[in-house]
Amino acid sequence: MNTFIENKKPKANYGKQTFTGYLFASPWIIGFLIFGLYPIGISFYYSLCQYDVLRIPQFIGLRNYEQLLFSDNYFWLSIWNTLFYTALRVPLCIAGSLLLAVLVNNAVRGVKIFRTIYFIPSIVTGVVLSALWLWILNPQYGLINSSIAYLGVQGPLWLLDPDWSKPSMVLMSLWSIGGGRMLVFLAALQGIPQHLYEVVEMDGGGWWAKFKNVTVPMISPVIFLWTILEVIFSLQVFVEAYVMTKGGPLNSTLFYNLYLYNRAFEDFDMGYASALAWLLLLITLGITALQFRLSKKWVHY
Amino acid sequence: MNNSKRKISLKNIAALVLLIVFALFFILPFLWIISTSLKGDTQIFTIPPQWIPDTFNWENYAKVFDRMPFLIYLKNSVFITLFIIIGTVFSSSLVAYAFGCLNWRGRNGLFIFVLATMMLPLQVTLIPLFVLFKEIGWLNTFKPLIIPAFFGGGAFNIFLLRQFFLTIPKDLLDSARIDGCSELGIYWKIVLPLAKPALATVAILTFMFSWNDFISPLIYLSDKMKGTLALGLGMFVGQYVTEWAILMAASLLMMLPMILIFFFFQKYFIQGFTMSGLKE
Repeated sequence: MNTFIENKKPKANYGKQTFTGYLFASPWIIGFLIFGLYPIGISFYYSLCQYDVLRIPQFIGLRNYEQLLFSDNYFWLSIWNTLFYTALRVPLCIAGSLLLAVLVNNAVRGVKIFRTIYFIPSIVTGVVLSALWLWILNPQYGLINSSIAYLGVQGPLWLLDPDWSKPSMVLMSLWSIGGGRMLVFLAALQGIPQHLYEVVEMDGGGWWAKFKNVTVPMISPVIFLWTILEVIFSLQVFVEAYVMTKGGPLNSTLFYNLYLYNRAFEDFDMGYASALAWLLLLITLGITALQFRLSKKWVHY
Repeated sequence: MNNSKRKISLKNIAALVLLIVFALFFILPFLWIISTSLKGDTQIFTIPPQWIPDTFNWENYAKVFDRMPFLIYLKNSVFITLFIIIGTVFSSSLVAYAFGCLNWRGRNGLFIFVLATMMLPLQVTLIPLFVLFKEIGWLNTFKPLIIPAFFGGGAFNIFLLRQFFLTIPKDLLDSARIDGCSELGIYWKIVLPLAKPALATVAILTFMFSWNDFISPLIYLSDKMKGTLALGLGMFVGQYVTEWAILMAASLLMMLPMILIFFFFQKYFIQGFTMSGLKE
């Protein structure tokens, strides 16, 4: 994240700006203490307790974690579902929106209208997105299956088929965020100096050489940042599953956060759910740290 | 020469075909949903899909109001969203001023820390906050949704505004300081007016986020009459899942403000999505 910080060393003379600085930053600092640090800390304590909200928490040590890791099949299933979703969604999203950006960036003038068309679905998120796609993916009369049925092809059952439910949700999320991510990459593409491409051209390189040797290295910090964010977003998938499938069919969309929600707000097993939350935090940090480590191999600042 | 020209135009045609295929992928579902929302029961279930309804059943939109207390949800959503926007714009711009316009010890370290909080899964704080808000009697009120927005306004918005504030010439701020203007005065009279486009972007993104937010109302607002549109639509999906035309009409009604904002303030909308990719 170093690129976001000014490289210039601030002047040594802070003067009275230090006090003012903290004063202006204080809404965030106070907010973080109350709505961030305190809940995270107490959440760890809850995770070591049996806690149903009605009675005070009963300390039980690491028993929640033991049960999670060694005798909870739903926990492992939800991890599998979530990682599957993430592994499918993140590369498709990054590669797809990068492709869109390259296409739009190279398009002749006058077809910039495509940019607007691609972006429109980005205003659809959450519940509305789920409601719309529940109908679009309807196995009989939805847009996709009724169209291909006309051509004599029987489409999949989409959300009703355990093998297709996760890919269905990935498809839906690509529709909704592809255009938004495209804009991010488009802005990055427009910052690439044209003469770099001319160098490749002089060496006789085609579009692939330009893409591989100029485009990707030049925008690699942006690709990296968004890979990190997309992974974090994907690990937190919840609303789609809650609204569309309730985790079904056959628990194939029982994602991590849906399981956590069920344990916390259906079973009121807050201690157990807190242990789940803490493990999610560790998983997220772990994956992000791994990406930072791998980034040294391919990200050029 | 001639040969290479033909190659280029072939490449252009291939690119154009791809552009059109993607355009269909993004736009067709939209048109299909608008069409569904106007169809009668018999026209919905047809193969192949019928794009233009025989008759336009505008009453589908009226029926939405029978299926759920739409106006109450609308009122709740507007109220909550409005206050969240006010809180977010003011507090995130104050904090961004600290990071973008002031020099102080610990600034850069704290800024990295603010960015790092973007990684925190919401779920880690969810349960303790639920317990906390329950203890102080805030469940079934709008406070758990609104009050936190006044404390910082979220790392992403702070980041976005700070990036914009950095582009404001330092000399401008310094000369105001020499003239004896207080930091609060500079923030209010110089920085905020200059940052109007960025503030509009933050306001629009915040609107989109809180208008669609499902998890917070789901957890904090169990009283049916306190619900938001997003929550109401979620419940509608569960209850009347076969009334597709009305469900599509309800979804479009809920999206209407966003569609309007998109067409009238497209620039800020696009800027919001774009600026998140800028470096430095």
